[in-house]
Amino acid sequence: MKSIIENINKIFDHRVRLGIMSALMVNDYVDFNSLKELLGVTDGNLASHLKSLEKEKYIHIHKEFIGKKPNTKYSSTKLGTLEFKKHINALEQLIKGRL
Amino acid sequence: MESEILINFVFQSTFIMTEKDYLKDISDIKDIMNKSTRFLSLSGMSGILAGIYALIGAFIGHQLLSGYGGYGDGTNLMPLVILEVIILTVAFVIALLSVVTAFILTRKQARKNNEKIWTPVSKQLLLNFLIPMVTGGIFVLLLIYRGYYGLIAPATLIFYGLALVNASKYTFSWVKYLGVMEILLGLLAFVFLGNGLLFWALGFGVLHIVYGALMHFKKEE
Repeated sequence: MKSIIENINKIFDHRVRLGIMSALMVNDYVDFNSLKELLGVTDGNLASHLKSLEKEKYIHIHKEFIGKKPNTKYSSTKLGTLEFKKHINALEQLIKGRL
Repeated sequence: MESEILINFVFQSTFIMTEKDYLKDISDIKDIMNKSTRFLSLSGMSGILAGIYALIGAFIGHQLLSGYGGYGDGTNLMPLVILEVIILTVAFVIALLSVVTAFILTRKQARKNNEKIWTPVSKQLLLNFLIPMVTGGIFVLLLIYRGYYGLIAPATLIFYGLALVNASKYTFSWVKYLGVMEILLGLLAFVFLGNGLLFWALGFGVLHIVYGALMHFKKEE
């Protein structure tokens, strides 16, 4: 049981960060505005959660320009994908264990 | 076991959650994975309407053909090629009308669902739909150019089916089954050559109405 708890990742224990990672799991890239709409959060809120995921090296940031407009895209790193999978497994086992 | 978990929770006090929160987390994850990869504002009603247009079109085509048959004694009012062109024009107008209807109703549905119509996902959906469709369109134009009129119905059904299967990854997964049915009808139309209008009525008319209705009423629930 203890190992399950260890696999619950504190970083993902927030609605917005969980949402960001979920979207990045199933897409190669997701841009800032799409994430914003998907999760229904403000620019500042999203930016701060993205920053904390980046600090953990769970996501990559790709800055590019579409014409003159800056467009920032995000993708999950190998580490991020691995950690998120562990987190989901832990969640599932916790639920199974307690039902 | 129970107490061990609780103790652990207290130690790692930043994330005291209840079971319900975990369940909610899992359902949120699934929801976001779905929403970020699938465009779900397609309108069932547009399928029903497209089906009705197609049946009307097939009826007009049938009337034209049987009217033509009445002059089968060599005193036909117009050459066969002209008749083919008229029928193809009717088919084209019906297709255009269906696309416009689908676009208007989908935009309406997207507004209702609070979903944008032009997203990376809907762009992927359109691109994946259009690659087989445009290929099929060019192929059919070449068939007409070469005079293979009989192959038009099988080809349109097959390419349309392939387009649906290809696009289904980016929307409701049942679209794939509609696509497979269209492909099968297209192949059958090839086997029973000369019944193009009937297979068009089945594929673009009946199937669209059936799937459109299924989807429309599923959403109502």
